[in-house]
Amino acid sequence: MPKWRPFLPEPISLFDRLWDSHVVTALPGGGALVAIDRVFLHERTGASALNALAEAERKVLDPARVFAVTDHIVDTRPGRTDHSLMPGGQAFITETRAAARAAGIRLFDVNDPDQGIVHVISPELGIILPGCTLIAPDSHTCTQGAFGALAWGVGSSEAEHAMATGTLRLNKPKSMRVTFSGALAKGVTPKDMIMSLIARHGAAGGKGHAIEFAGDAVTALDMEGRMTLCNMATEFSAMSGFIAPDDKSFTYLKGRRFAPSGALWDLAIANWSRLQSDADAVFDTDIIIDAAAIRPMISWGTSPENSIAIDGTIPEHASKRPLEYMELQSGQNLIGTPIDAAFIGSCTNSRLSDLRRASALLKGKKIADHVKAICVPGSSRIKREAEAEGIDALFRDAGFEWRESGCSMCFYAGGESFAAGSRVISTTNRNFESRQGPAVKTHIASPETVVASALAGRIADMRELV
Amino acid sequence: MAQPLQILTSLPMPLIIDNVDTDQIIPSREMKSTGKTGLADGLFAGWRYSEIGGRTPNRDFILNDPHYANSKIILGGANFGCGSSREHAVWAIAEYGFRAVIAPSFAPIFAGNCIRNGVLPAVLDADNIATIRSSQNPVTIDLRAQTIAIGPDQNWSFPLEDEAKAMLLEGLDAIDLSLKMADQITHWQKADHADRPWIYLGANP
Ligand code: SF4
Repeated sequence: MPKWRPFLPEPISLFDRLWDSHVVTALPGGGALVAIDRVFLHERTGASALNALAEAERKVLDPARVFAVTDHIVDTRPGRTDHSLMPGGQAFITETRAAARAAGIRLFDVNDPDQGIVHVISPELGIILPGCTLIAPDSHTCTQGAFGALAWGVGSSEAEHAMATGTLRLNKPKSMRVTFSGALAKGVTPKDMIMSLIARHGAAGGKGHAIEFAGDAVTALDMEGRMTLCNMATEFSAMSGFIAPDDKSFTYLKGRRFAPSGALWDLAIANWSRLQSDADAVFDTDIIIDAAAIRPMISWGTSPENSIAIDGTIPEHASKRPLEYMELQSGQNLIGTPIDAAFIGSCTNSRLSDLRRASALLKGKKIADHVKAICVPGSSRIKREAEAEGIDALFRDAGFEWRESGCSMCFYAGGESFAAGSRVISTTNRNFESRQGPAVKTHIASPETVVASALAGRIADMRELV
Repeated sequence: MAQPLQILTSLPMPLIIDNVDTDQIIPSREMKSTGKTGLADGLFAGWRYSEIGGRTPNRDFILNDPHYANSKIILGGANFGCGSSREHAVWAIAEYGFRAVIAPSFAPIFAGNCIRNGVLPAVLDADNIATIRSSQNPVTIDLRAQTIAIGPDQNWSFPLEDEAKAMLLEGLDAIDLSLKMADQITHWQKADHADRPWIYLGANP
């Protein structure tokens, strides 16, 4: 090639970089064998995956890169033990403990100071790192994409496959970029950003895609906000969601327990700094959203796509089934609808900044008498930090229960739940039928909206509080 | 390892509701043990029994209709298997005796889980699914030909990735397939170790 000819590499996206750097080999039929850097198990499916491997006489290839935690079934009432309110729940905990020990896997056990919801502790401990592939048998694994990693939820068999081989057999998804341009209005949170995306483009809008979240409103978010945004990529049916890492990501990770240090840290930073989409990278799908136009969101139905701005109305001709289940009507505005309970927690909105913002709104106030309100910190570390700041006192004084960390009443597994048929406003990510208990009607929203509603005893617009 | 699947003929059971999620396929409370079996009784438990946690059949739910007692195929709605990634949903479907779900679309994690457990997720237009339903005829799925037929003149093809097809046809286990490439994997990891040594520190920083 003549020397003067300019070398013009194809512009590629962050997703291409993440994907290409993990392809071990192409597979016949168009798929690829993709290297998996980390696997994170939890007690709900951890024992079954590890036991299935053991029964098939297969070994975990590299136990040092597999982690496990008790978060899904573990009790969150104070003074907890292995006993869980879920019938048979204790066996999930004890069997996962035994299986993790046998496989030589690091388990963050019930009363470990590092225990917490898998997607909350993985970043806290520096287990997720930029440029890394991480899978967990849990749909909200995409939360961790906030660090510029490819992280996604898989089934148990795939988790077994990843542990046994260090790889997964995958077809490359399409790429999507969702750009939130401009700045968010006051009181509008990352939860509202992702809910408005899903409301606008449907729960299947991201199907078959890996999504890069970009734009001024995204880069302006702190790491915790970015995690909230990425958390619900799976509710958009995307394989995963992620954000290019920047100084905020590096600062967050520096000094974390399993993050590299010293010379390796410098080497890693040099590598991670390249994890960006080229300026003219092409995406299969490009969506642009005006961040300034986003208002606080709330769900009215039984899919996250059934969401509206808090001061909006349920669409005319909305589907019947969710309306019947939720006991609501088309054309109705939700403000003023009485609630029975309020829940702050889950891998979506249970980090320190969420609890700080929520508790600040509670200061000196009491929630409505008839409302059962619960706050569950996302990790034991967050709980300690919140207590050191006096956040627990603000919640307690206002009438909230203050729990040990875990998934808790984000989902119903046969144990603790809200009263049958009750109406709950919740910072969680899924408003499916009976998700939080038999016949429970869940409205998902930001922590601010949950607090405003708990205070009022009915669904309320948080902008009236601030 | 799953039984090979080549030709499947059965009266399909229509459950044509969009967004049937894995918690509806098997509620969390029905996942009582850490194993992969003993789940068939929990299949569609929320709809199938007349009270939560009970075992009194709800006669109105189609799974309890004796007409479909031997059905091996579910006719589903769009976005079938959405929600939680729990593989128990497919384990319950397979243990109950279903070998295929025909739906306009599937949640991706669910579809992957189906393939790994010998259940075919066949994508077919909602209109054609409605035709199958109203015909009340048995359906024949020919996996090799990738066709779904309710008669000589009424058949449709469905898409399926080659590897998924091979795995279902032969009842292959993906782990065995990949372990055959162990050398390539080791080789790749060695090179990657030089590029990204911090990844391999894992739990031993
Ligand atoms: S908090 Fe809820 S959504 Fe998140 S991992 Fe736990 S159960 Fe799943």
